[in-house]
Amino acid sequence: MTMALVVGGLFATGVYLMLQRSLMRTLLGLILLGHGTNLLLLVSGGAPGDPPVVPEGASGDGDRFADPLPQAMALTAIVITFGITTFLLALAYRSWRLAGHDEVRDDIEDRRIGTVGERADAEPAALPPDDPAPDVPAPEDPAPDGGPR
Amino acid sequence: MTTWLVVLPVLLPLLAGGVSLTLARRASAQRVLTAAVLTVVLADAVTLLLHVDRDGTAVVAAGGWRPPLGIALVADLTAALLLTVAVLVALAVLVFAVGQGTAGDSSETAVPFHPAYLLLVGGIGLAFLSGDLFNLFVAFEVMLASSYVLITLNAGEARVQAGMTYVMTSLTSSLLFLTAIALVYGATGTVSFAELADRTADLPGGVRTALASFLLVVFGIKAAVVPLHFWLPDSYPTAPAPITAVFAALLTKVGVYAMVRTQTLLFPRDDVWWLLVWAAVATMLVGILGAIAQDNVNRLLSFTLVSHIGFMLFGLALSDAAGLGGTLLYIVHHIVVQASLFLVTGLVVARTGTSALHRMEGEEGEGGGSPVVAVLFMLPALSLAGLPPFSGFIAKFALLRAAAADGGAAAWLLSGAALVTSLLTLYAMVRVWRAVSAPAARDAEPVGHGARTLTVGAAAGMVAAGLAIAVLAGPLARVAERAAADLNRPETYRHAVTASEEPG
Repeated sequence: MTMALVVGGLFATGVYLMLQRSLMRTLLGLILLGHGTNLLLLVSGGAPGDPPVVPEGASGDGDRFADPLPQAMALTAIVITFGITTFLLALAYRSWRLAGHDEVRDDIEDRRIGTVGERADAEPAALPPDDPAPDVPAPEDPAPDGGPR
Repeated sequence: MTTWLVVLPVLLPLLAGGVSLTLARRASAQRVLTAAVLTVVLADAVTLLLHVDRDGTAVVAAGGWRPPLGIALVADLTAALLLTVAVLVALAVLVFAVGQGTAGDSSETAVPFHPAYLLLVGGIGLAFLSGDLFNLFVAFEVMLASSYVLITLNAGEARVQAGMTYVMTSLTSSLLFLTAIALVYGATGTVSFAELADRTADLPGGVRTALASFLLVVFGIKAAVVPLHFWLPDSYPTAPAPITAVFAALLTKVGVYAMVRTQTLLFPRDDVWWLLVWAAVATMLVGILGAIAQDNVNRLLSFTLVSHIGFMLFGLALSDAAGLGGTLLYIVHHIVVQASLFLVTGLVVARTGTSALHRMEGEEGEGGGSPVVAVLFMLPALSLAGLPPFSGFIAKFALLRAAAADGGAAAWLLSGAALVTSLLTLYAMVRVWRAVSAPAARDAEPVGHGARTLTVGAAAGMVAAGLAIAVLAGPLARVAERAAADLNRPETYRHAVTASEEPG
């Protein structure tokens, strides 16, 4: 029951954080979500406390052992999540270096296509535009605020 | 012998990926290594396909641990067929990448490109061959981790932005996949496909439906099924042309394959699956309408990719052997055609220096175009729209025939959506074609003669492969039918795996 609550809490917090604009928060959300998943994997292997490997002739109850398979899976999953989180961190750092902020922006092309209809209503003769949407910043434009330090 | 045949497509690229890293200073050695490995794997995949077609499913228990405990690699007809096509495309794209410069010796991106590319192929091979759910997860991770590297190669701001979206989405879907695995394991106590097929039948209906839907969502994200497709058109187009081509051709198809594999094997059903019918219809229509709205040629093609994923769900939603056969044919056709479209578009974009359609189109009589490129684009474009006698027509015909044989309301709904989508695909392709056939003459960067031969040759090779599919439609359709019949009878898979447990 405790575990179920913990897993549920981690999932909820993780998903909430992932819906934020800031890259760092999204990343933290992913990490929490990963922890929740790993705990869930462990729980699926049975109650905690029992040893996964019981050596032959060991003292104690030979019938009581935890399922080793989910533990192996959780280990694999931890390694994978860890590696990719590191990669994401590097990417977030690069994004910060290049753009000077770590916000996820709206997709420029999406915005351009979204406004085509509006502009067409405003001035019907102006379609298709001969130059790509002067009202939308080009992708190369550096952000006005901040900048690499 | 069989062991090596099955293991090689996974083992060789992974090992070569490591060797390739040590060759970082010698660009030509790296190139030769990647090309040689892919050629060997291609030969191996073809042999495997023939072998499996003759002797039935090949099973290898890795490390000598028998299937319920250990990891099994299972090559049935479906897996072998898709593996062959996938490696073929990977090889062609490699040649294009070397010619175009992404992997050539002059660019900095070549050093990380080769190891990542080999790992990508290894991951795809493992995904097709893997015989248990957790191993499938690992395969997806190997594949996706290398794709993260490839999509952010030489990253500027736009590419980092798109890369973040892509990595976040993929990682989230992977975590959901892991959650699904935990739930499946909790419910059944196994992750081996063969055992799961037995045990899911005894689960209560609610749990069964929950698990099936969970896996559907997970693979739906990976395969970009509407409404889970939003990440794809934002991320794929920013990568260099050959990388977009290999992603578009292979990564989403692996998702579709995983969906086909899990749904047919673990949750077999006899009637039409309405949930998937609606998903297929929505995917086809939303995808193609999105494509028509686009002005950037790469985004347009990405949206048609989303749209045509719907055709693959079409056959799966019908849940019978004929529909599955159509799905398999469609996957094979679409892998080749989508890759050739992206490669040819890459040629045009390199020539005109822009990917915006309205800027690409030249004035009348400007004459910046090349007839060879124009024809190379026309053939796969017509094939994608499903005009006879190209491969798209054959695949669509197989699907529509399956629908007509089924005859229910769902089948007619699907057929209607498929026909409308094909028509709109033709319209979208004509828009691109206008720009491609007469592109504006721009002062693009001059390309060396050898490089141009390589890129045009690779694109032409892919187009020729697409035509070959149409020519070989008879034998191919028969293979797909047999593979689909096997998919439709999970017992076959189970028997093949359990039989390998006995020594000998």
